[in-house]
Amino acid sequence: MQNSATFVRKEMLQAQEPPTSERGAIKWVRENLFSSALNSVLTIVGLVAAFLVIKAALPWLLHSVWNANSLGECRDIIAARYGEGATGACWAVVRERWHQYLFGFYPQELFWRPTMAFGLMFVALAPVLYYGNQRVNTIMTGVVSILTILALIGISLAFPQTIGGVEAGALAVLVAALVLGGLTAVAWLAPKRLLYFTLLYPAVGFYLLWGGSIWGPIGTLAGFAVLVVVYNLTKGQLGVVVGTGAGVVAAAVWWLAIQSHVTGALHSVLPLGTAHVDSDEFGGFLLAFVIGVTAIAASLPMGILLALGRRSDMPLIKALSVGFIEFIRGVPLITMLFTASLLLQYFLPPRSNFDLILRVIILVTFFSAAYIAEVIRGGLAALPRGQYEAADALGLDYWQAQRLIVMPQALKISIPGIVSSFIGLFKDTTLVALVGLHDPLQGVTKVVRAAIEWKGIYWEPYIFVGLIFFACCFSMSRYSMYLERKLKRDHR
Amino acid sequence: MSDPHAITREIDRSHMQVSDEVAIQITNMNKWYGQFHVLRDINMTVNRGERIVICGPSGSGKSTLIRCINRLEEHQAGQIVVDGTELTSDLKNIDKVRSEVGMVFQHFNLFPHLTILENCTLAPIWVRKIPRKEAEETAMHYLSKVKIPEQAHKYPGQLSGGQQQRVAIARSLCMRPRIMLFDEPTSALDPEMIKEVLDTMIELAEEGMTMLCVTHEMGFAQAVANRVIFMDQGQVVEQNEPKEFFNNPQSDRTKLFLSQILGH
Repeated sequence: MQNSATFVRKEMLQAQEPPTSERGAIKWVRENLFSSALNSVLTIVGLVAAFLVIKAALPWLLHSVWNANSLGECRDIIAARYGEGATGACWAVVRERWHQYLFGFYPQELFWRPTMAFGLMFVALAPVLYYGNQRVNTIMTGVVSILTILALIGISLAFPQTIGGVEAGALAVLVAALVLGGLTAVAWLAPKRLLYFTLLYPAVGFYLLWGGSIWGPIGTLAGFAVLVVVYNLTKGQLGVVVGTGAGVVAAAVWWLAIQSHVTGALHSVLPLGTAHVDSDEFGGFLLAFVIGVTAIAASLPMGILLALGRRSDMPLIKALSVGFIEFIRGVPLITMLFTASLLLQYFLPPRSNFDLILRVIILVTFFSAAYIAEVIRGGLAALPRGQYEAADALGLDYWQAQRLIVMPQALKISIPGIVSSFIGLFKDTTLVALVGLHDPLQGVTKVVRAAIEWKGIYWEPYIFVGLIFFACCFSMSRYSMYLERKLKRDHR
Repeated sequence: MSDPHAITREIDRSHMQVSDEVAIQITNMNKWYGQFHVLRDINMTVNRGERIVICGPSGSGKSTLIRCINRLEEHQAGQIVVDGTELTSDLKNIDKVRSEVGMVFQHFNLFPHLTILENCTLAPIWVRKIPRKEAEETAMHYLSKVKIPEQAHKYPGQLSGGQQQRVAIARSLCMRPRIMLFDEPTSALDPEMIKEVLDTMIELAEEGMTMLCVTHEMGFAQAVANRVIFMDQGQVVEQNEPKEFFNNPQSDRTKLFLSQILGH
């Protein structure tokens, strides 16, 4: 009976330590770097390539020169320190010309205005980016306020100005401290209220950047008031859709035909305002942010509407949306920019003088909206039909279903694609160099290299600009990942 | 009869009363999907308080029929009148009918981005314009009724299938509908979860709710329904009281169907 098939284990075996080849770093190296002959060769080739790149670039970076007045001086310093023929980076150009990379030809005494606009932009964004997370919202507002004030102090030290015996920089810092302190207090005590500032920010930012008569932005805001009033008057008789249309038409008439007369009259009666800055003087990252941020903010709602239009049952709406999307996507962005700089003027009513930056913003928005619309359409298609049916069965109307059920889910699915589009759009703002605007990469660098001191400098400006772009785009990417994690609802 | 989900509990019939009032009137209704004639000449009257089970082979048009009642599907000919409101392309009428008629789907169709409580309060707040606090109280009441009040702040993805379907029933009830439609509510569930959903449906029937259920749960039909409708190829082939329907089916098609569904 010894050989019978019956078997009963009396003692359970203990788990044993794995052999060294299955543990720790050795296992990792074997599995990931030398798992086969081909992989071993590739690993060695890769290490050699990495070594060669570092060997070429490291001395150049280590021999950096920050204090010099020209490229020639840089080279002399490097030659003196590290011997004849040594290479080195000449960051002195960044030190000398950083303000042009940031602000272009914006008047130096007014640098505080774009700085302030930039800081306030993040205050306005905080309640949107961290909606529902009041602590982060408050912290972000506080940190942004402190950084903005520090930046203003730095600028006032770099470009000291006096107006009527008063230190202008100190004045700007004081005003900024009051405004930002107030906003931080609002963020602390009533975080939801900060959304009102977000709504107001486009006008505030616009006025800070361009300045001029105070009546300009007030007139533009009045256009929205016209929209709301006309909508409320007409929606009773004509319904919501026609009412909205009537409101938009009335507002457009106000903006295009009436506003300039009214604001002109008001300004002649009560000339309030600050120094006007012309669009020609904008440049560098100021320009990239003005175009990029405005187009991003405007193209998302427009893209949502286009995506919905493309899926609409109404033939006219559908045809218009499809036509718009396909036309815009089929045309290179550069063509659109040339259209902005040359053609758009022909289509507008006579004597309406649209600012070039505004025209570029409009067409970049269109361009981005077409792509966003397709990304969102993908998100809409990914939603199961049951979601629409459940919304219908509960009696929600079309817009309620879109707003409460469909969009929250479709947009969540589309986050990676949308942010990708935004990152692309932000980098594409450098293309405005082609219509004569001073973008940071091409426009400003050309100007810098045209100066006799910096003729021949090549890598440093591009690396500098590239790093700033990278920082911005990487932040957007990280934010989108945060958002995806935050909105994740399954498996928790 | 070997039904794994045979209803063993005692049914309280004191509130199950069929009144003379007509809840749904369908007259000569026809529907096509393209060339395919999916519903043919449907005539049907549902009185308030009726509990109707619709069964039939797949593709017989039973789901399409109840989806026509709240206009998730559009019919092309004939008339459907729900609670005195005729379903036409008039959006106002459609929304009115939909807010009076609750629907439970095979795949639950809960909103995954909202908590259970938010799923239940969404429609009352936005369609019925009920204040949030009141809507939440109502929602908690119905969630307790389907025995999952403790899950109110979880998301649908964290619940089992049976729990999700019970939430879906509660979500419909929060609109205080006068008619409930069930479209194969247990077909997507694991066997051990079917019972909990059927129990919820039985309780609903005991309270006198007008119900139309597309289901293959014959135990439920026998215990609760006052009428069973058998459909095939887009037509009503036979309808009868459950006892008669199961014990004495008339048409050959019905006999075949019943032998297949109950035979194993």
